[in-house]
Amino acid sequence: MPFYVSPEQLMKDRADFARKGIARGRSVVAMQYADGVLFVSENPSAALHKVSEIYDRIAFAAVGRYNEFENLRIAGVRLADLRGYSYDRRDVTGRALSNAYAQTLGTIFSSGGEKPYEVEIFVAEVGDTPEQDQIFRLTYDGQVADEHGFAAMGGDAESVASYLSEHYTPGASLGEALRTAAAALGHTDGGDRVIPPEDLEVAFLDRTRTQPRKFVRLRADRLAELLRE
Amino acid sequence: MADARLPDAFLTPGGSSFSEFLGSVAPELLPGRRTLPPGTTADLAPHGTTIVAATYPGGVVMAGDRRATMGNVIAQRDIEKVFPADEFSCVGIAGTAGLAVEMVRLFQTELEHYEKIEGSTLSMDGKANRLSALIRGNLGMAMQGLAVVPLFAGFDLVAGIGRIFSYDLTGGRYEETAFHSVGSGSVFARGSLKKLYRDSLDGDQCVTATVQALYDAADDDSATGGPDLTRRIFPVVHVITPDGQRRLPDAEVAEIADRVIAGRMQRPDGPAAPLT
Repeated sequence: MPFYVSPEQLMKDRADFARKGIARGRSVVAMQYADGVLFVSENPSAALHKVSEIYDRIAFAAVGRYNEFENLRIAGVRLADLRGYSYDRRDVTGRALSNAYAQTLGTIFSSGGEKPYEVEIFVAEVGDTPEQDQIFRLTYDGQVADEHGFAAMGGDAESVASYLSEHYTPGASLGEALRTAAAALGHTDGGDRVIPPEDLEVAFLDRTRTQPRKFVRLRADRLAELLRE
Repeated sequence: MADARLPDAFLTPGGSSFSEFLGSVAPELLPGRRTLPPGTTADLAPHGTTIVAATYPGGVVMAGDRRATMGNVIAQRDIEKVFPADEFSCVGIAGTAGLAVEMVRLFQTELEHYEKIEGSTLSMDGKANRLSALIRGNLGMAMQGLAVVPLFAGFDLVAGIGRIFSYDLTGGRYEETAFHSVGSGSVFARGSLKKLYRDSLDGDQCVTATVQALYDAADDDSATGGPDLTRRIFPVVHVITPDGQRRLPDAEVAEIADRVIAGRMQRPDGPAAPLT
């Protein structure tokens, strides 16, 4: 009996496999606000982060299998630090990092030998003005999308994104953006729920920070304060 | 481009040290990995000179003069030799200027890299030990005349005090109490601080004491630069407190330096310490 599998079928199977893995996880929202880019995710763990710092102006967020995206995150930090050390801090860009991730994910996805990564990634870079902000969304097969305003990925990405498309306002303050994002994460077609603040992981790139490193992880007390406003 | 994906070394788990990673993927970028032709190279490149540091109850101060020398020539009169290492520490370097700056960059990246990968900062002792390892890697070049001697200071958030570490060429690390100085004028600076230092100094007084010490170093050591009044070039001063480290604005340092100079106009040897 011949075991022929058409390339279309092969890719479809691999994509289905990756998509299923990603759909099991909670969502992450990336959103532009007045002073930068905000990331909000539902993550009960305070130790295993979904959002983290890569370099001065660049942040990383991911959904899917933790060990796989953690590996990609570390690779990104190494790439950025190596580049910044051998050239200059200004020469580390989100675009170059996204490219490296896209090539890596794409090669792994289409190679027969490896299981595709069950991850999706945001790479965001904050600019001097909102127009220069960049959010790249990378999928398990290495595709890159340039997102504007807001983007969601993970298990309920579609319902979260549909909520955001109705409620997102450009140029919102940090508190407004945070409340919109938190409400979007709790939104499902069946009804809305309020995610407890301790289950939210919030971090942002703030262009108004005077330090070169713009990444800030929001502390629990400040988070509660902003949600109450 | 057949293989634009990230090389395996980037995706290998484990290892939160940037210098170790650099050693495996781009060893030529490590300052200590170069082989030099035989002979001494000591007079080929500019040398940085005096760095002083002193603690006070709320933090620690580090200051460096602005001169770099090459033999008998002043190579640069506004060089900066004190750098922030991370949010709560800074490093000042005496010795071969080019290598020193490269080593500081590596050390800064090392600390930031660890912080990003592990999600927490290194302990004060951990940072001091990492700097040890970097100095040790430079031993070969130091023996040919390209020595780098750092002074490391920071605020230890766990212990709640400012701490100072000095190093020797082999990477030996020594914790200093109260104050310390490295570089060609260090003997004079330390002598000065011995007489000026008190445990009860506040932040401003501590800064003044380090500026006085640098003045004394410049007074007796030709390689240390004193305050440059015509060009208004004054020492670089970093202050580290529990709120983080910051470089004092030039205007603030200028004001302190002007007061020190005004005092020296009356008494050129500086303030007199009580005899008993």
